Amino acid sequence: MAIERTDLQQLLNRRYSAGFVTDIETDTLPPGLNEDVIHALSARKREPEWMTQWRLEAYRHWLTMTPPAWAKLNIAPIDFQAISYYAAPKQAPKSLAEVDPKLLETYDKLGVPLHERARLAGVAVDAVFDSVSVGTTFRKELAEAGVIFCSMSEAIREHPEIVRQYLGSVVPQRDNFFAALNSAVFSDGSFVFIPKGVRCPMELSTYFRINAGHTGQFERTLIVAEEGASVSYLEGCTAPMRDENQLHAAVVELVALERANIKYSTVQNWYPGDEQGRGGIYNFVTKRGDCRGDDSRISWTQVETGSAITWKYPSCILRGDRSVGEFNSVALTHHRQQADTGTKMIHIGRDTRSKIVSKGISAGRGQNTYRGLVKIEKSAANARNHTQCDSLLIGKKCGAHTFPYMEVKNPSAIVEHEATTSKISDEQLFYCRSRGLDEENAVSMIVDGFCKQVFRELPMEFAVEAKKLLEVSLEGAIG
Amino acid sequence: MLKIDNLHVRVAGREILKGLSLQVNAGEVHAIMGPNGAGKSTLGNVLAGRGGYEVTQGSVAYGGRDLLQLEPEARAAAGVFLAFQYPVEIPGVNNTYFLRAALNAQRKARGEAELDSREFLQLVREKLKGMQLPPELMNRAVNEGFSGGEKKRNEIFQMAVLEPKLAILDETDSGLDIDALKQVAEGVNALRDPKRAFILITHYQRLLDYIVPDFVHVLADGRVVESGGAHLAQELEAHGYAWVRERKPAEAAA
Repeated sequence: MAIERTDLQQLLNRRYSAGFVTDIETDTLPPGLNEDVIHALSARKREPEWMTQWRLEAYRHWLTMTPPAWAKLNIAPIDFQAISYYAAPKQAPKSLAEVDPKLLETYDKLGVPLHERARLAGVAVDAVFDSVSVGTTFRKELAEAGVIFCSMSEAIREHPEIVRQYLGSVVPQRDNFFAALNSAVFSDGSFVFIPKGVRCPMELSTYFRINAGHTGQFERTLIVAEEGASVSYLEGCTAPMRDENQLHAAVVELVALERANIKYSTVQNWYPGDEQGRGGIYNFVTKRGDCRGDDSRISWTQVETGSAITWKYPSCILRGDRSVGEFNSVALTHHRQQADTGTKMIHIGRDTRSKIVSKGISAGRGQNTYRGLVKIEKSAANARNHTQCDSLLIGKKCGAHTFPYMEVKNPSAIVEHEATTSKISDEQLFYCRSRGLDEENAVSMIVDGFCKQVFRELPMEFAVEAKKLLEVSLEGAIG
Repeated sequence: MLKIDNLHVRVAGREILKGLSLQVNAGEVHAIMGPNGAGKSTLGNVLAGRGGYEVTQGSVAYGGRDLLQLEPEARAAAGVFLAFQYPVEIPGVNNTYFLRAALNAQRKARGEAELDSREFLQLVREKLKGMQLPPELMNRAVNEGFSGGEKKRNEIFQMAVLEPKLAILDETDSGLDIDALKQVAEGVNALRDPKRAFILITHYQRLLDYIVPDFVHVLADGRVVESGGAHLAQELEAHGYAWVRERKPAEAAA
């Protein structure tokens, strides 16, 4: 239609507002990976011997593995010896009051409230900068409720019995190539423990920031909700703009015991690379939740707008009877971004239910793949799944792909799959414009409408951020 | 208010309007009638700024400005409104939210203060009076799952809220039963105003029983071939479009 080519080109320039670098002295391990590096890393973190051994086991197994090649992704080979596996600000803070002002400034710029003065926000934050956690807010208030919210390094030192019981119990060291690598070299991450019967008094959130160049970020998050406990957890991520590709290989494990409820929300805005596909984060992440107890519930909500390449399948193992798993996802690929993302719902218990809502948006030359597995084991009588998988195409050079897998071993199961693919039509655009909305507002309104079902699942502040992020990410992606 | 002079328009390489001229003053209601393919909808679309319409000759002055130079959203802000023949569905976008965003975008472009949600809801309630539009439509997604009649009435409702200076109704009567037609006509009549002009594009005379126009123009083969008062519509209804063509060959009207 009438949209001029030149307008289109002009509008295609995306702004990535989180692309700055913080100039701060860093303690970095030299690039390369071997057993000495793992010893050094473990020593830097003052870890107990069992942890070091756990890492080494993972490393030795990783050496026998090869990167997965089944995803619909075009990944340049990664030189694992060229990556530095540890980078930390030199001044290690003992408390929030001692955190380097430059770091506080960084998080301020990103809109993350690290000062306790951000009480109004009512969200407790753990900030992870490169390889280490630089501060966790609201610790006292949480401790009073019996909630443990701290960095993983600290948890290994302070709460080894809980960590040992649960670490690797959902995503084992040998689970997959990137999970094994993470198990060997994970640096930091968040640890959350909600004891029996406790409803966490506030939202918990972790803000991951990659700053140093030539490093990887390998964080490990573990959330345990005991019987009848509940928690809502948010994570956000950004990184500076660089021409190199940086690897981010995280592992997240969730454990929900009887009647426990875990809600995990992600707004992922790693640097996506430039228009030509130079630079950007490789986001290769293993996230899995185990509904271990009866009547437990785990829900994943993700808004994925960043990263050059995303390989990520937040999953639920529905082990307990009547347990419920949910996956709500918006994944956007623009320019030359690639995403292969989806979920696995493994039904084991009786009367288990799962719901999948996936919204893929492709613009520019973006390639967006939904890959999902719904598996109903023999034991899962009366299991139910509903999957809805919608793709929205903006422009003519992008792609949307859907790979739903279903394995049903119990005849009483009901598994439903709906899929649609649509385009932002010229008609819709003209209709909006004829009412006074400019092109960009029209596109973001149409996309927002497309994503509404998922945004509804996000906590309020995150929903607003997610919406803004989509607007920026889609700037001018009209065709 | 609007002066169209010798307008020639091509669509997909074919000339559809071939020298159309028309003058519309504030307060007037003009009906554009004509057989299928005469270029009626093309006229509405060109005025609203839809893409794919190439103006090869002629001019359109609106309030002293060159209308054709303006983006569609700028035309909207300047007071041009097109009620669509086929209103478009926008899934997931709340009807009220959409309308408020549109109104505020227009107000912003005109340098007026934007309305907050309270003020806007007040305005909506006021405009809904006498519209016979089911209130729940305001909470649904734009045109999604609306019946044909609801879509058309929603267009008129948008018009009532946006308060344009020049409203173009593109076959708003098509596909409506007699009750819905009356409601649409009432909506339009309520908006008649000395400062507002209407162009009613219609195939049938039926709508004009309820909205009495000041002028009727017959469009044939891309040109206005006859103009007259409201009675012209009745004669057309009685004799058919062939009657005009026989009386006035297209060349003579150019």
